[in-house]
Amino acid sequence: MARAVSLRRKSLTTAAAWLFGFLIFFPILWMVLASFKTELEAFSTPPKFLFFDWTIENYGIVQERSDYLRFATNSIILAVGSTLVSLVFAVPAAWAMAFSPGKRTKDLLLWMLSTKMMPPVGALIPIYLLFRDGGLLDTRVGLIAVLFLLDLPIIVWLLYTYFKEIPGEILEASRMDGATLWREIVYVLTPMAVPGIASTVLLNIILAWNEAFWTLNLTTSDAAPLTVFIASYSSPEGLFWAKLSAASTMAIAPIMVLGWFSQRQLVRGLTFGAVK
Amino acid sequence: MTTIFLRGVSKTFGDVPVIRSIDLAIGDGEFAVFVGPSGCGKSTLLRLIAGLEDATAGRIEIDGADVTDVPPAKRGLSMVFQSYALYPHMSVRGNIGFGLRMAGEPKDVIRQKVEKAAAILNLTALLDRKPRQLSGGQRQRVAIGRAIVREPKAFLFDEPLSNLDAALRVQMRLEIAQLHESLARTMIYVTHDQVEAMTLADKIVVLQAGIIEQAGTPLELYHHPVNLFVAGFIGSPKMNFFATEVGAVDPRGVTVAMPGGHQVTVPVEPGSVRPGAKVTLGVRPEHLKPGDHGDLAGEVQVAERLGGETFLYLGIPGGQMIVVQADGDNPTRVHDRIAIRIDPETCHLFDADGRAIPRLRRHPLADMRHPTSQAN
Repeated sequence: MARAVSLRRKSLTTAAAWLFGFLIFFPILWMVLASFKTELEAFSTPPKFLFFDWTIENYGIVQERSDYLRFATNSIILAVGSTLVSLVFAVPAAWAMAFSPGKRTKDLLLWMLSTKMMPPVGALIPIYLLFRDGGLLDTRVGLIAVLFLLDLPIIVWLLYTYFKEIPGEILEASRMDGATLWREIVYVLTPMAVPGIASTVLLNIILAWNEAFWTLNLTTSDAAPLTVFIASYSSPEGLFWAKLSAASTMAIAPIMVLGWFSQRQLVRGLTFGAVK
Repeated sequence: MTTIFLRGVSKTFGDVPVIRSIDLAIGDGEFAVFVGPSGCGKSTLLRLIAGLEDATAGRIEIDGADVTDVPPAKRGLSMVFQSYALYPHMSVRGNIGFGLRMAGEPKDVIRQKVEKAAAILNLTALLDRKPRQLSGGQRQRVAIGRAIVREPKAFLFDEPLSNLDAALRVQMRLEIAQLHESLARTMIYVTHDQVEAMTLADKIVVLQAGIIEQAGTPLELYHHPVNLFVAGFIGSPKMNFFATEVGAVDPRGVTVAMPGGHQVTVPVEPGSVRPGAKVTLGVRPEHLKPGDHGDLAGEVQVAERLGGETFLYLGIPGGQMIVVQADGDNPTRVHDRIAIRIDPETCHLFDADGRAIPRLRRHPLADMRHPTSQAN
């Protein structure tokens, strides 16, 4: 039932929503602005909002000092790679949990989530030693493995909730139509779950992209992603706010663009019309 | 030639028995309908035959082969689901052809077969639409198309019409009957709608609490229900029941007293029934004739006028309410006192355990079968 909403009320809620949105966005905006300031203006009091001498010299210095593209390439490889590896394991796992649950499925899900409750630093030393002895330190393969294990519980959970929404009868229909288990997953389940899988992939890429703890501790240069690139600007020489902001802006720009263009995919529902 | 045999089939979910050791034979080309109240296990039984559930015990045979442990894909059956269960991301063409694609048929053969099935079901103009662009009736046709295109050994229907509106339901019921006529394949159909069961079935299987109460032709169940449950379940409105006692027993039948004192001699085989035994008398509303005098009298409490017929709800001595089906033109009004006549030939008698006492004469239509189906 639609509720009659007065224009006044509507404009008030709209204004509140915009304000809230602005509040959330403000730190990012401030960072982008700071990247165009000189180091002096970047921490002047009172802070300057828009009226300062706009400059792009920070970007030039950052690019000169460190090779942005190398870090960015590593970030892409780590984020996409760990997500794809996770999917290969998570899709069948979530299928089993959603459509063929056993007695302990719920417990298993909870246990998987509980691994995310442990502070990662608790596992740092054993993992570090394993990496050192296995020659995995500062390698992309090693980091992909860590990020994959780190994200697997979240991905399984997300896919499980999406798969739960898919009517089991459609999968049963494909079984009656002669589809093997593998074909059922490839031809019926996956296409129906595309919006869910897409948003899971996107979310996970963002998580992996921003993951700083393991990437900082397990890499030095060869496999170092953008998180390391940013961190290098909080150096013993002191904080360079403007340059740090420029580096951060460069680091988050690709992921923001990706998020912007995949908004539609995130909210689209595909299963409408399948049942009833 | 498809026969389906269930031998001692049981199914339990956890500790809950849903199907209790069922034996059933479905003949070649037969249209079998499973009916029963919700939770009676009729859908589970169908899913066991389909292979979507694993039997806890017993054997399922299709054409003499034991398929108890064969996966659904290999049983050669087609199923039409209550929710239609169409693939939302595929066109109508893709939906109907999916089974053939899975079977690895060449593309041009799939195209031919899909178009043939679409023509039978009036779907040709819709072949390139997605399921969400179709109405309920059209979706149901696609689901049926998906079932027939594979030329299965038998068709399984799980309450296929319950999501449709009343008019469409009648139309699709006719189409399914015609489909059975033209394909002459074995069909098993689950419904809770006894009109669907009566009109479509060669054989109705009445289930309750996981066991078969009775299996037989529609008119056999109507005229010769084996127990109180089947008698009450088949027929609408429900059969009227009177708790009474046996007055006399002789070769012409068993004489019982009606509420109010009148005696009725029901033509049943007395068997072990003795005078004084507690029995239940059953009469269908359509077999009670209202008039000025008769075997039973009471006051009309409610009159439901449907136009073609009128249901009179009558309060009788003892506080019980019974239903009488009268003509649509019957002028009786609420609070009128009327009498009804009972034709003993149409009465049913059940012993203290609810089992029917067999009638002396079998109804002439009780064993009538559809010409294409074969008795087993």
